[in-house]
Amino acid sequence: MNQITPISFKSRKAKDKTMFFLVCLFSSLAMVPLFFIIWDVISKGYKNFNLRLFTEVTPSSMDALMATMNGDPIPGGILNGITGSLLIVGLAILFSIPLGLFIGIYLSDNRGKKFARIVSYLTDLLQGMPSIVIGIIAYAWVVKPLGGYSALAGSVALSIMMLPMIVRSTEETMKILPNAYKEAGLALGASYTNVVFKILLPSGFGGIFTGILLAISRVMGETAPLMLTALGASVVNWKVMEPTSAIPLLIWDFYNDPNLVDLIWSSSLLLLIVIFLLNWIAKIVARKWKV
Amino acid sequence: MESINTTNEKNAVLQLKDVSVSYSPGKYAVKQVSADIFPHTITAIMGPSGCGKSTLLRAINRMHDLYAHIHTSGEIILKGRNVLEMEPMVVRRMAGMVFQQPNPFPTMSIYDNVLAGYSLNGIRLNRKEKEEIVEQSLKSVSLWEEVKDVMNKRGSFLSGGQQQRLCIARTLALKPEVLLMDEPTSALDPISTNKIEELLLELKQQFTIIIVTHNMSQAARISDNSMFMYLGELVEHGNTTQMFTKPRHKRTEEYLTGVFG
Amino acid sequence: MKDKIFRSLLFAAALFILLLSAAIVYALVSRSGETFQEYGFWGFVTNAEWDPRSATEEYGAFSFIMGTLYTAFFSLLLCVPFSLAVALFNGEYFKGKKISGVVRSVVDLLAGIPSIVYGLWGFYTVRPLLIELGVSAQGFSIFLSALVLAIMIIPYASSLSGEFLSMIPNNLKEGAYSLGATRLEVVQHISLPAAASGIVASYILALGRALGETMAVTMLIGNTNRIPGGLRDTGNTMASVIANQFGEADGLKLSALIAIGLLLFIITALINLIAKLVMKKLSHA
Repeated sequence: MNQITPISFKSRKAKDKTMFFLVCLFSSLAMVPLFFIIWDVISKGYKNFNLRLFTEVTPSSMDALMATMNGDPIPGGILNGITGSLLIVGLAILFSIPLGLFIGIYLSDNRGKKFARIVSYLTDLLQGMPSIVIGIIAYAWVVKPLGGYSALAGSVALSIMMLPMIVRSTEETMKILPNAYKEAGLALGASYTNVVFKILLPSGFGGIFTGILLAISRVMGETAPLMLTALGASVVNWKVMEPTSAIPLLIWDFYNDPNLVDLIWSSSLLLLIVIFLLNWIAKIVARKWKV
Repeated sequence: MESINTTNEKNAVLQLKDVSVSYSPGKYAVKQVSADIFPHTITAIMGPSGCGKSTLLRAINRMHDLYAHIHTSGEIILKGRNVLEMEPMVVRRMAGMVFQQPNPFPTMSIYDNVLAGYSLNGIRLNRKEKEEIVEQSLKSVSLWEEVKDVMNKRGSFLSGGQQQRLCIARTLALKPEVLLMDEPTSALDPISTNKIEELLLELKQQFTIIIVTHNMSQAARISDNSMFMYLGELVEHGNTTQMFTKPRHKRTEEYLTGVFG
Repeated sequence: MKDKIFRSLLFAAALFILLLSAAIVYALVSRSGETFQEYGFWGFVTNAEWDPRSATEEYGAFSFIMGTLYTAFFSLLLCVPFSLAVALFNGEYFKGKKISGVVRSVVDLLAGIPSIVYGLWGFYTVRPLLIELGVSAQGFSIFLSALVLAIMIIPYASSLSGEFLSMIPNNLKEGAYSLGATRLEVVQHISLPAAASGIVASYILALGRALGETMAVTMLIGNTNRIPGGLRDTGNTMASVIANQFGEADGLKLSALIAIGLLLFIITALINLIAKLVMKKLSHA
């Protein structure tokens, strides 16, 4: 008896230790790409990461070629992309936040009801839609009727992407709020509307705001739907009905143009900084505003 | 079922007439309860868990309206009008409720919490009116001295007992006709419970109080009249001292002597 | 009365989702109509020919469907060991510890990197590596795109699984430990089976994500309109062909691309449905 047990126990222990090692190893390996990517973007991007990036529009291919041939740094920046992103994402926020809030409130108040369950399922469906398909939809609904690409079309696409995220985070936040707040508010004779706007939404502000920030950070980096809707522009454009650029679109343009390739990394660096900043702020808000 | 009026019926501030509440067709949580509540009294509703006491209380300020499957029938006459036919929001300003768990609104300061009844109802007050109401309400719950210097802070740092007194102040600020209390001290420690019981005894001079309690001794300590409920029915209703010393029903006696509940 | 108006607004908002979904389906179906009329639904789906030249115009989705399936499934396969490891790390081995928070944050950041940046990294860093290692002559391939895609979906696969693992009640595991089981054995026989529904669902969801991924794949897959013969071949996915060729498309070509979009929509919707059913079924077991 004593001879059999220690042997099998040894091998079981060995397997256990191996597994532990493998879990640690593969987890570390999983994290490695992040550092590689960040390192790549920073090391290749810092050279062109200067004030010009923010203040000048993209150079034409010719100008860039001339500059490289003369050994000069490529002129220009991505101001048109920055303003474009602001315009398009800004509009998308305007469309999706009120709608998303209302739907989230409705879902949290009507749990279990058949209609609410259908809406909830469809929200998940929308969330899972590939961004390129959303691009097709916005193309069909805005670009085709208007006869041209526009910032509006891009915003429509991005707001369809943001909507499910905002609905979910609002719904989840509302669900966690203690029922007592609603009851106490109503018991004071307040209307349901007032209870929602003056008690529930303020109390759930942290979760809701975090959801919004995360939705914004998600769509900031989207390229595919914008390719089919906003198209891009080489000038700063604030007109909603005109083709507009965006940072990811510019990165794609640079990628495809051998003369502008150098600008890729500084633009990517800017994009990453914005996205990571938004994520970080979202985390802080989530921690600070715990219900 | 039985009710004995200790004074003239016409003085009743609240009258329950055959009030029934059902959660699903045919199933009643409260069965035809009739009783009169008189001004400046504390009436305790007691009984074992599940007897329908909270359900009855919440029928009075139309809280059941929140849930579509709950039906209330009968009449609840408050100051001459049937509560069940009135606008719920109006009812709730006349009958204020304090809940078991203290729940000051987390995003409002203590000051704003007291005034919440007004701000939520869109009633505008000038600075002077606001300060008067806040001071008066907090003083009537003996919280004024303790919080007057920190009124701009959120209420979350207050102790459980203080929070509950804040919630009472919030309800009192609207000057309701009747104060409905749903086990207001069961989540509190004995000292806070004591303080609140003392508070209620003071408050009855200005208000009429109905308190649901699962604690018999609390009922004995502070109430003038008691209602004993069992399985949705009002078994006995009358003067507390009388009920405790000479209960008229066997059930009541059994409950009071601890046979069940 | 104010409440009535507010409540109807809420209802209308909820109704909007219904209308939006219906409108999306309608938009996709109606514009694909031309293609399906021309080739028939199954004709289009099984045709591997994609020729936009006007003289010999012919469109079929099969090459792209195969490209999509190859890429997505292979990337899922590649990501399993890593995402499972992370899930175990966070949900079991280092559950609740500070380092788990660090790992989770890093993996979250991976999810935050936009697709186009992954594509750039894949093109400028990973591709030369593959060429050097002799995996492929010019780098572009199913393999390259699946590799980068695998990294992209690690966060999606690991976060839900990790959560489910961490939710397993301690007393369940303690029962096993008290019988002398090793940690591995508890993981194998108790934790993983208990969290099975969540783990499977998270992989299905990660698959859904992989199927719809556009930019990174477009930049790395080589963009050839034929059925890839193997991992080292180039090809195209449904998403990448749309991204590449939507630009100046019109007429039948446009309809064919939208039809591919419809197919992609159907596939991802089905995947989502399956994930939900799996969660429901296994959690009732």
